[in-house]
Order: sequence, then C-alpha cells, then structure tokens
Amino acid sequence: MSELHHTSLTALAAGLRARRFSSVELVRACLARIDRHQGALNAFISVTREQALTQAEAADRALAAGEGGALTGVPIAHKDIFCTQGVRTTCGSRMLDTFVSPYDATVVRKLRAAGAIMLGKTNMDEFAMGSSNETSYYGPVRNPWNPALVPGGSSGGSAAAVAARLVPGATATDTGGSIRQPAALCGITGMKPTYGRVSRYGMIAFASSLDQGGVLTATAADAALMLREMAGFDPQDSTSVDRPVPDYLAALEQPLAGLKVGLLKEFFDKGLDPQNEACVREGLRVYEQLGARLTEVSLPHLPLSVPVYYVVAPAECSSNLARFDGVRFGHRCENPRDLQDLYRRSRGEGFGAEVKRRIMTGTYVLSAGYYDAYYLKAQRVRQLINADFIRAFQSVDVLIGPTTPTPAFAIGSKTADPITMYLNDIYTIGANLAGLPAVSVPCGFVKELPVGLQVVGPHFSEARVLQAAHAFQRVTDWHTRVPQGYA
Amino acid sequence: MSLTREQLASIAALARLDLSAAEVPVYQQSLSSILEFIGALEAADTASVAPMAHPLAGLSQRLRPDVVTETDRHEEYQLNAPQVAAGLYLVPKVIE
Repeated sequence: MSELHHTSLTALAAGLRARRFSSVELVRACLARIDRHQGALNAFISVTREQALTQAEAADRALAAGEGGALTGVPIAHKDIFCTQGVRTTCGSRMLDTFVSPYDATVVRKLRAAGAIMLGKTNMDEFAMGSSNETSYYGPVRNPWNPALVPGGSSGGSAAAVAARLVPGATATDTGGSIRQPAALCGITGMKPTYGRVSRYGMIAFASSLDQGGVLTATAADAALMLREMAGFDPQDSTSVDRPVPDYLAALEQPLAGLKVGLLKEFFDKGLDPQNEACVREGLRVYEQLGARLTEVSLPHLPLSVPVYYVVAPAECSSNLARFDGVRFGHRCENPRDLQDLYRRSRGEGFGAEVKRRIMTGTYVLSAGYYDAYYLKAQRVRQLINADFIRAFQSVDVLIGPTTPTPAFAIGSKTADPITMYLNDIYTIGANLAGLPAVSVPCGFVKELPVGLQVVGPHFSEARVLQAAHAFQRVTDWHTRVPQGYA
Repeated sequence: MSLTREQLASIAALARLDLSAAEVPVYQQSLSSILEFIGALEAADTASVAPMAHPLAGLSQRLRPDVVTETDRHEEYQLNAPQVAAGLYLVPKVIE
C-alpha cells in the first residue's frame, strides 16, 4: 500500500480494474498524504474528503461488478478555476471566496463520467493571472523541491500536488503557459491541448481566445489517458471544435524515427539560463538518438509574443471580469451609497493587485483613442506570429525548445516588477497565441531543481506531441524523480 | 510613456475599480512600464495584415435552434447572491 502514491495514474487505473487494491484504499492513501503535506505546500484550497470516500465506495462496487470507465476509482484534483456543483469554487480570489457553483464544468462532468474521483480543488494564481502562484488570495503554493521557491503558475497547486505525489493527476488551464511553466518548475508533465479541444464551459474565463484546459501528471502516458477522457466537442462552449478525439493512449507507442524536429532559434536567446539550455540541448540529443532529424527554424515575430499577450489577455480579462459586479454573486462591499459605489468598492475589495493591474491595462488598451494603436495592432501582430508557426510546420513535425528561461525562483523575488514576472512565459505564450498543442516534460536538473523541455505541434496534433513526450520518457528517468521528503 | 494621476483615475473609473490612495502611485508606475513594454509592437510592420481574434481560422460562430434549454433554477442561483428578497436581487436605490 505504501507505494501506491508512486504508481502512475495509468497503472493505478489498471490496478483498480484488476482489483489489486480498492479505490477506498487508494483515496484514503492520497487523503493521508494531503493531510501530511498540505501545511508545507498549500497546494489545496478545498479538500472534498467525504464526497471522495463516498464516490470511492461506489467505484469499488462498480469495479466488483465488472463495470466502470477508463478512470473508475482513480483520484484526481481539479484546479479551482473549474466549477464544481455544490463545492466551493474560488478561482483563487476573495471575489469568489464564498461562491458555491450551481453547476459542473464540462471537464469535471466528463472526468466524473469516466469514473475519476475528485479529492479537492487546487490553489492557483487569482483568476489564473500569474506565473508564480503568489497572487492567490489563499497564499502562495510552495515548490516541493524547495519550499522557499515558487511552483510556477497559474496552475501551481495542481503542479505541486502532482509533483509531491499527493494525487496522480490534476486538471489545469493554460492561457500563457499556466500548465507548462509549473510543470517545468515542479518536474512533471504538463499538456496544453489545441485551442477548442477541451471545453471551456464552467472554466472561469480569463482571456477567452487563449484559455485552454489541460492536465498535469507524472508521465506523458498519464496525460494521454486523462486528456482522452476530458477532450471533445461540447455544444455548451461556442469555440469547442467538433472533431473526433483520437485514442491518445493507444497512439503513444509509434516510433519517432524520421520525426522532423524544429529547433526554434528564437527560444535559444540571451534570456535563457545557460544551465537550462544545456539540459534542453541534452534532451535534443536524446531525440536525435531516437531517430529524429533536427533542423533550426526561425519564427521572426516570436520575440513580440509577450507584448502581444499583454495587450490581448488583459483586454479580454477586463471584458470577462466585468461580470463581477457585486450584484448576483461574488463579493459585495458593506453599505454601498449607490450603484456606482457598490460596483467600485466591491471590485476594489474583491480583486487582488495583479488582477486589478490587468483589468486596468485591458481597459486602457480598449478605450477610445487607444483601441487601434494597442488592441488592433496586437491582433495584427498575433496574426504574424501565427503565420510564422504555420510556415514552420510546413517543414517540421514539431518544435522543441525550453519551457522556461530558468528553473524555479524564490518566492517574493519577482513580485516588485510585473514585467520581470511576465517574461517567465516568454517561451510558452506563442503556443497560446496560435492555439497550438504543447507539452512540457522534465529533461534534467540545475542545482537540484527540475528543468522542462517543451514540444509544440501543429493544431490538433496532440497524439504526435504526446508520442514525442512519451518516447523521451521511455529512455530517460527525469520524470520519475521525486522531491526529497515526498518519497 | 508615463501615466498621470488623472489618467489613472479615469482608467480606474472606466474599470469600476475603487483604488486606495496607496495603490495610486503603485499602479501609475506599473501601468506606465507595461505601456512602455507593449509599445514595442509599434515597430512591427502590420500593413495589410488582418487582425486575428482567435486561433480557429475559418470557423464561424455556431448557432443553435432557438428553443428553451434551461430550467428555472433561480432559487439555487440566488443562494450565491449577496442580498435577495422575494426572489429579487437587491441593489442600492438607483432612481430617486
């Protein structure tokens, strides 16, 4: 029993089906680990213990009857951005501190239908705006590799929970790198699918043309299994794509020989820490040994991706977060004088510093006189970046490079200057602007801290991207490393 | 570019955000540096480039039949409301 937490999600699902252990045992083991490590990590905002145990009992009955889905009895956690009916859903914000969702996100519904059991809701940057998990109203999450460091963000709670082996998998969202960056900083696998692949229904909106749900797991195979169960068309999301979901898990074992890998010139820039670079280049050598052919490609407009993002994302955020008005749900100030006072003080008190900064940035770039110069201009440059990617994928199958410029940094070290923080996402934002699938896998260590390697593919090439990640993990063992104290 | 106190106050008013006196200089400074940062876009040649609103090229907005699909769950929804009475959301007096 003691080794269950070191068993991969895929193996746990198989073990449950073979009745080698029960879901109740497994759920109890995970809950015990959450109890033991939550104080040090702060990875969870809510733990849904009773509900999880009741579901585990039901899962065991289903398994005994030979019924059940692909994930029956497997415990997971949901990022607290996904609405869960009857369970508090905060999005890491004081604004939603007491909000109990009246409905389930499609992702939550689908994973439950596949048999997965929710153990709780994970901590995150407020409204997913952050790269360090320091903007959460519920306090920062700590990196299991070193508690003085950030786990990355915004899906920092999900990443820390998986890295510390509290749960075998967790949902997450990625608007500018919020799955891949914490995966890299915590030494796990993080998969952001193509825009439109996973339903956004019930996933609290930040920047609607960029937001995409995905997974954080120990291995690429686990990501393939979870994603297969989460993905698919949803009429309740107007940008959901009506296209069949391939069996990502079954497609994993295809050989990589002949795979054309593009080495993105702009990713190996002066901002990249030389030791990080060494790990990623070593990873590229592994790909060569696996039979991949490497060529250098250039995406000339990519260096503008961070400025484009910090126009487009705040603009969409200022519009999306206009719904928080203190009237129908969410925080309301005391004794409002009039309606304007109610709006302004409820929002001023309910939102944290970074969220307010982005709402105001967005308000400014959308305001009369600045719309063309900033917002339309950014949308045009976005088109150029997208065209760069499309052109690159005419000559290569995937692009490989670093996920982040550096390993995890100290809590508090980048909070004073927003631009320094924003530049953490310099290698991840491009995939969001173009809507491409991308995965981060562990590829080495710098000063005992994990480093991530990123694989980006063309639209709807999740199977190919996951194959590339899986092939790497078959011949390396970085993804099996567990932080000290979490064995 | 550097934002004045007045410019920041007008952005905050448009965004319906009450800022404390202590927050004003902080946002003046950080928003100014963000505007300078995004100013890098100016140099890009975007003549004859169409703006890109979302990544799903060629997809148009999907429509559905105009039929009622929701049931009345207002009591449930109002459990999250700050103030309700007789099934109505309460706000401060709007019309004198």
